[in-house]
Amino acid sequence: MLAFIIRRIVQSAIVMLVVALVSFALFRFVGDPIGNMVGQETSLEDREALRTTLGLNDPFVAQFGRFIGNALQGDFGISYRLQQPVMELILQRLPATLELAFVSGLAAFVLGVSAGVYTALHRRGLLSTSIMAVSLIGVSLPTFLIGILLIWLFAVELQWLPSFGRGETVVLPGGWETGFLTSSGRLSLILPAITLGLFQMTLIMRLVRAEMLEVLRTDYIKFARARGLSNRAVNFGHALKNTLVPVITITGLQLGAIIAFAIITETVFQWPGVGALFINSVRAVDVPVMAAYLVLIALIFVIINLIVDLLYYAVDPRLRVERSAARH
Amino acid sequence: MTLFAPLGRPGMAAKLATSAVALAIFASSASAESIRWARVADALTLDPHSQNEGPTSTLLHHIYETLVRRDTDGSLQPRLATEWAIHADDPTIWVITLRQGVTFHDGSALTAEDVVFSFDRVRHESSGFRGLHSAVTGATAVDDYTVHVQMAGPSPLYVQNLTNFFIMDSGWAEANDVVNPQNFAAGEENFAVRNANGTGPYTLVSRDPEVRTVMAYFENHWDAAPQVTEIIYTPIAEAATRVAALLSGEVDVVQDVPVQDIQRLEQTDGVKVVTGPENRNIFFGYDVTSEKLASANVDDNPFSHAEIREAMALALDRDAIQQIVMRGQSQPSAAPLPPFVNGWTEALSAYSAPDYDRATALVSGIYPDGFSVDMHCPNDRYLNDEAICQAFVGMLGRIGIDANLVSQTRSLHFPLIENWETDFYLLGWGVPTFDSAYVFDFLLHSREEGFGSYNGSRYSNADVDAKIESLSTMTDLAARDAVIAEIWAQVMADRPVLNVHNQLLAYAMRDDITLAVHPENQPHMATLTLGY
Repeated sequence: MLAFIIRRIVQSAIVMLVVALVSFALFRFVGDPIGNMVGQETSLEDREALRTTLGLNDPFVAQFGRFIGNALQGDFGISYRLQQPVMELILQRLPATLELAFVSGLAAFVLGVSAGVYTALHRRGLLSTSIMAVSLIGVSLPTFLIGILLIWLFAVELQWLPSFGRGETVVLPGGWETGFLTSSGRLSLILPAITLGLFQMTLIMRLVRAEMLEVLRTDYIKFARARGLSNRAVNFGHALKNTLVPVITITGLQLGAIIAFAIITETVFQWPGVGALFINSVRAVDVPVMAAYLVLIALIFVIINLIVDLLYYAVDPRLRVERSAARH
Repeated sequence: MTLFAPLGRPGMAAKLATSAVALAIFASSASAESIRWARVADALTLDPHSQNEGPTSTLLHHIYETLVRRDTDGSLQPRLATEWAIHADDPTIWVITLRQGVTFHDGSALTAEDVVFSFDRVRHESSGFRGLHSAVTGATAVDDYTVHVQMAGPSPLYVQNLTNFFIMDSGWAEANDVVNPQNFAAGEENFAVRNANGTGPYTLVSRDPEVRTVMAYFENHWDAAPQVTEIIYTPIAEAATRVAALLSGEVDVVQDVPVQDIQRLEQTDGVKVVTGPENRNIFFGYDVTSEKLASANVDDNPFSHAEIREAMALALDRDAIQQIVMRGQSQPSAAPLPPFVNGWTEALSAYSAPDYDRATALVSGIYPDGFSVDMHCPNDRYLNDEAICQAFVGMLGRIGIDANLVSQTRSLHFPLIENWETDFYLLGWGVPTFDSAYVFDFLLHSREEGFGSYNGSRYSNADVDAKIESLSTMTDLAARDAVIAEIWAQVMADRPVLNVHNQLLAYAMRDDITLAVHPENQPHMATLTLGY
């Protein structure tokens, strides 16, 4: 067990190093940060001097080496754009993204599982067919469009919910800025959470439905019914329980995706999270923030993967024997 | 006070409520008035001498003040300086007389020492504004309210460069170790990035970068009290969301209104749109000097032929671009300078109707099969920039020029012009000094020390260069204007650039608000008035 964890941590470090290397190589194609940092009056000589000061003229290997060296000491530098320490900026924005991801992930899981079970049990019902039809929208419409439609309907036309931002926030001891404790904070969360979670919800729903249909056909379900167990015990005690193992895995992995890909939702709703910070940084070629963000996202994925692997390990005794064959 | 409830519908009922509130305001002038203001981007920093960037300066004008300010009609007005003049005995000295009785937000008085300190700080090598003050060699305090600014030579229009030069308190700067602006290489955050102590009509109450900045009226401000006593500034990056926030009554004033939404907003109850010319013109530049173009399929440089440049001018249908691409939100013009700028004349901006037959004949006279060339265009910098390029590509196609459009982000586009790596490009140019010399220095003078950094045309005319250089020291303004006219005549004949139009700005707001469009896109909330 311990050897397994150590091996995974070493692998994770390599993954993060590769992510940093690839993202650093990509930054060369994003453009020149200098133009966004100085006014149009700045002479070409002054621009060149600033470029040299920032080390942008150094060879790629030197720039990358310096980044890794500083990052290992926890120093991600100063944002070119906002002139604040990068780590402080990211940590300040992270609660907004995590709260949004948590709420939309939870909603997606609860609603997805319920709707999936319902549509599996009542395959030909009117409600089931309509749920399946509506779920197609969630799978096929781009997040951007869903967000704009929700804003138009609920903020502009009905005026029930705010169209942008996080509302009032409260800073908890420890520096965590939460929107859960105020009513405007909770109202502000609804539209972005739906937008972000809709795709995951339909994914989970379709997954649960397919798995349920599969399991309901198996011999042990028939046997359970033959034993005279109630529908409720068969459907929830036996069938659902056995479908949930892959569902939990997928949900765990999707949580990483929700955090990483909240970028579009955050942009549409002006949600002050790390995704919006990243997009603004890309526009301004703010290399220190982009680099730190990508490494952070890699870290989140690596941690979630590690936890999921460990859960597998704990849940399924077979894996302890034939681990390498069973993993992924 | 917020006139609409945050989620109130801006309809008839709300209008009635507004008038009722407006009456109440007249009854008690001490009422607080809060304005929620949204635009595309936040200020990058509160350091007044660090980032020379539009939204940053716009926000800072509320907290800090400049010696002179630019009015909405483009004229120069007194602010912290009550008078400014060239020294009677020495044309290289500007004498600036300061306003008395001005205090900073922390209570200390404004004196000449603070102004001298600010002159030193803005010229520091980590200042984003130093390019505007390169002619200054030093500033001295003659007495508490008089400053002498020593220039390298006579600089009759230098005062025009002071409209974004904010005055900082020297004592506060020393106490907080912010004597110099943010130095990126040092890897430390400067205290002035998130804290401010200005003389402006508003003090900083709270700031969450890219989320919300709250400012409140500064009771000890020297000027008449504004109607707006609280400003809540929120950046909203997404255009559709920004407009939705105004429609739902969550914000009161929206800057950066997308061109395609103007008409719809004008037809919405409770909302109005004001438009006005921006100090920024949009033009195409092309390499007129190189022997051969990197991206053209012919052996010489097509743009070096006066006939080709004339043909391109004849092919550019400015009215079509104005009506279709810009939906009316532009002022077509032939000369590459905005209408407020010294040197602009009606005659310069006059343009002729397109003539495709003659243009085609001009092109085929030199290149019977036409030619192809790359056109570089930004897609996130100016109003509908990419669409303007697409429209011109179509127009050029009609006269035998096959332009291959390369459209990309500004961070990739502008280095191409700076490094002379593009043959044909779109560029917009604002003129913060409101004088033609600024256009000449950066766009038309040959590229050499201190000149021509955006001369992507590689235009080089020794006669024009000499005239441009003479402008900076001419003190006889009438003679100077005559030289400006001569330069323009030569440039318009040589056609090193092909101007398209001047951009218009649009602000949308609740319809009881009056706020004029500022030519530099720097609206000031202290000038905002309420009531129908």
